[in-house]
Amino acid sequence: MNLTLHVWRQKGPQDKGKLVTYPAPNVDSDMSFLEMLDEINDELIRKGEDPIAFDHDCREGICGMCSQVVNGRPHGHQERTTVCQLHMRQFNDGDEIFVEPWRAKAFPIQKDLIVDRSSMDVIMQAGGYVSCHTGGVPDGNTFPIPKKVADYAMDAAECIGCGACIAACPNSSAMLFTSAKVAQLAALPQGKPEARKRVQAMTKALLDEGFGNCTNHYECEAACPKGISVKFIAKLNREYLKSMIPSSTAEPV
Amino acid sequence: MNLFTSTVGRKILMAVTGLLLIGFITVHLLGNLSIFWGADAINAYAKHLHDLGLLVWVFRLVMLCLFAIHITFGVQLYLENRAANSEDYAIQKTLVTTFSAKTMVFTGLIILAFLLYHLLHFTVQVTNPAISATNLPLVDGHLDVFSMVVLSFQKVFIAVIYIVALIALFLHLSHGLQSWVQTLGWSTGPSQDKVTAVGKILAIVYGLAYIAIPLFILARIVK
Repeated sequence: MNLTLHVWRQKGPQDKGKLVTYPAPNVDSDMSFLEMLDEINDELIRKGEDPIAFDHDCREGICGMCSQVVNGRPHGHQERTTVCQLHMRQFNDGDEIFVEPWRAKAFPIQKDLIVDRSSMDVIMQAGGYVSCHTGGVPDGNTFPIPKKVADYAMDAAECIGCGACIAACPNSSAMLFTSAKVAQLAALPQGKPEARKRVQAMTKALLDEGFGNCTNHYECEAACPKGISVKFIAKLNREYLKSMIPSSTAEPV
Repeated sequence: MNLFTSTVGRKILMAVTGLLLIGFITVHLLGNLSIFWGADAINAYAKHLHDLGLLVWVFRLVMLCLFAIHITFGVQLYLENRAANSEDYAIQKTLVTTFSAKTMVFTGLIILAFLLYHLLHFTVQVTNPAISATNLPLVDGHLDVFSMVVLSFQKVFIAVIYIVALIALFLHLSHGLQSWVQTLGWSTGPSQDKVTAVGKILAIVYGLAYIAIPLFILARIVK
């Protein structure tokens, strides 16, 4: 395959950055998108140029490190696929491909396609945990959790925290990411005692970190490589409403 | 209080005030449609409203609060969201969002501008004094609202203003009429698709019913 790439190059956080065109002749259709970039980088290094910097780790679609907007879509056009699992057979000979970093104020660009996603960590640190000793692996069925609830929590837990939802959101909101964490924990007995505090703290952190507000565009769900549903945002809204009702037994928010 | 500052709190406020405003435009529409039952029907409706006396002012105060909350937070959220975005992608692509969802703040501001004009036109009656109900001859001892409306919408300029504003209202409603269900947490995923479809159909119904009034008068079907 013979392709033309337009890749965002930016030397550092302060640099202005621009799209640079690279011809990509002889691309094997069995390569993954990142392998194709590896080849381009190999060529750049041989020529003594600075290779394209991009985040990656597991390259099997589970770690959430790869973060590229390909032709205007986070992780590219194939549904429910991270960019590391996107293969060149999904493209046609002669295609022009635009590769850009996640774009949001809360994701400052570090270099080329690498953005700083610690703002998502701050949201997690605000409440994406349970404050209890979990001990060793419990015996099966120690906690009576109905299958439906376990499945629901597992669907939310599928979130790999890559940030595609934020890259896709017209408001750069992190609501889908936050809601997946809130919903997962709120569904399970271990998460219930802190549910009120969690939803308040995590949504506050979301705004404090400079993410936008959710206005129900649902672009996040469409872009999510794990198919996280916006039903979890509805769940977060319910949890938020519940947290506003005074309770004599729950911890103060 | 965090209802007024938090991201979800303000979203809920937008939904609740939006819902109450939908309640208002529903009652307003049903009342206005009485024009199709002739002069007596709408004049009697207008007289009925005027006779409410103090209640009219209570109602106006509530409406003012609803609009103030809905508009203030709507604009505030829009500005915050714009500030949260960094530069645009070279290829800007949206997958599922709609034109109406993307233009909520703009259609909202068009509706606000229209609302001010609408109040000056039919409530304060200063934009076209010659055909205002206060200057038209009384009918059976009360104001002739029917003639005011009909003479107004026979003017192309006025009718066009109303029709354009009502198209903006239709767009605003086609997002708003379904979005609140998700915001209040009543959506369970697949159910939201049905809610969205029903919301859009309702928005078309509201839009057509409202636009029918100036359009039918402009076309001299109602006179």
